[in-house]
Amino acid sequence: MDFKRITLFSGHYGSGKTNLAVNYAMLLRKEKENVAIADLDIVNPYFRTKDSEDELKGVGIRLISSEFANSNVDLPALPADAYTMIDDKSMYAVVDVGGDDRGALALGRYTDAIKAENNFEMLFVINKYRPLTRDVKSTIRVMEEIESACRIRFTGVVNNSNLGMETTVEDVLETVEYAEEISKIAEIPVKLTSVRRDISGEVQKKLENVWAIDIHFKREWSI
Amino acid sequence: MAEKVLMKGNEALAEAAIMAGCRHYLGYPITPQTEVAAYMAKRMPQIGGVFLQAESEIAAINMVIGVSAAGKRAMTSSSSPGVSLKSEGLSYLAGCDLPAFVVNVQRGGPGLGGIQPSQSDYFMATHAGGHGDFHMIVLAPASVQEMVSLTFKGFDLADKYRMTSMILADGTMGQMMEPVSLDMGEITHYDKPWAVTGTGGSREPNSIGRPHNIINSLLLQPEELERFNFERYARYKVVEENEVMYEEYMMEDADICLVAFGVTARVSKNAIKIAREQGIKVGLIRPITLWPFPKAVLRNAAEKVRAFVSVELSMGQMIEDVELATRCIRPVLLCNRTGGVIMTPEEVVAKIKEADEIGGSK
Repeated sequence: MDFKRITLFSGHYGSGKTNLAVNYAMLLRKEKENVAIADLDIVNPYFRTKDSEDELKGVGIRLISSEFANSNVDLPALPADAYTMIDDKSMYAVVDVGGDDRGALALGRYTDAIKAENNFEMLFVINKYRPLTRDVKSTIRVMEEIESACRIRFTGVVNNSNLGMETTVEDVLETVEYAEEISKIAEIPVKLTSVRRDISGEVQKKLENVWAIDIHFKREWSI
Repeated sequence: MAEKVLMKGNEALAEAAIMAGCRHYLGYPITPQTEVAAYMAKRMPQIGGVFLQAESEIAAINMVIGVSAAGKRAMTSSSSPGVSLKSEGLSYLAGCDLPAFVVNVQRGGPGLGGIQPSQSDYFMATHAGGHGDFHMIVLAPASVQEMVSLTFKGFDLADKYRMTSMILADGTMGQMMEPVSLDMGEITHYDKPWAVTGTGGSREPNSIGRPHNIINSLLLQPEELERFNFERYARYKVVEENEVMYEEYMMEDADICLVAFGVTARVSKNAIKIAREQGIKVGLIRPITLWPFPKAVLRNAAEKVRAFVSVELSMGQMIEDVELATRCIRPVLLCNRTGGVIMTPEEVVAKIKEADEIGGSK
């Protein structure tokens, strides 16, 4: 895979950005030495990159996360050391951007530096099964809102359409047309179709660029 | 089978409210229920409804009183500290016999507490929602699908009995994502001859076939106030007889009975699987309505099991209702975490073993 120095995951609230960012960092770590994941999500107080802290650190991935993430302090604060991903040119950084335009606004702080270096991938995570991005038109609107909030254009689409643990192979294949239409209108390629690992083999038989992902947020109440 | 979508509990609840005919959302943001307000802010303008971020929780609940008095379905949502603020309005809603739909996505308390999930507003919801003699119908979802179905049900029950229905969820229910079907069927419409809908532009009291309606909770004559309270409690009795909802899980051969609602019912189910692999016969009774509480179901279970364990994210609140319902004829143990911490299935298993030991033989 052709890795850029900075890979940003952005998209609609709840589209699966955080889980994809964690999976991507794991993938990246297999090929690169200096890998970090930056949690810029200042919108969601509950499910965050920090949930996977032990797992990430275990494989030597640096976690750049707010002091307050997953704490009882409801502060929309950016991590103090987030600028490391800009300064340290030997680092491969994966950035988990907050959902929608509200979440992406925080990215604007780093936009000029990211653009100046021009070694980044900005991935638009889409999920057709989310109620407010059910059709191409509303998804494109979310995309444009994010782009104008953070002032960076997307360079690719990741089709992460899923129904959680209930996702079937057919559920994924049904969304191919949706992803391609978005790709056509936005004039950016569908870089990857992310699929839960246990059904990814089946999808791979029918689709190119399938990315097998693991679900990193199993909790005591998960059924 | 309707098409499914992947939704957060809070969003699913909001969409279900819209499907239930709610066109008036009056609220104020607070973690972990803010997605309800955020979702309504996006959706209400699309369907000609009203989204209003009030200046405070108290203002929001009083706006609900206004909308409901006019005969329309209205809702407000908040999390624990915000619901405390609403308690005055909840009492007035009861005093006025107005239907309303109120959501509490609980967080840790008391005071400002924390923002992680909790069930420590059980007492507030089921026993002391505000001053005076009254009850609310309290519904406890344990999945995103139930955030939808119980919202739909909640609006129906509110209109049917002219009461407040409260969804008592917790932060996990609000924040978790699961696939849901939004196909809830038809809305039942109830006549509201009491609604304040004007007198057709005339000042003559009987110009529209009835005198003008007044909605009021001030009854200064003791006998009159007492009469209203008796009438209200006769209605509550009907609710208790007809609207109890619960789920039984692996209770057929159970020696130990867990009692849990919401997120802890999910943890309990995971614990039951582990305990059963170790040979302990344990089941779960999950109250879906916390008021009316499934008293008879627990009383019957007490004849069959050796001990109960109340699994709660509080210092022990529902356990009192379990003890009352079972008349304490079996030991009732408490398995609890608080402050926003969720117990692990293993912690529940440890408590099941303790219950197994002290429960004795039947």
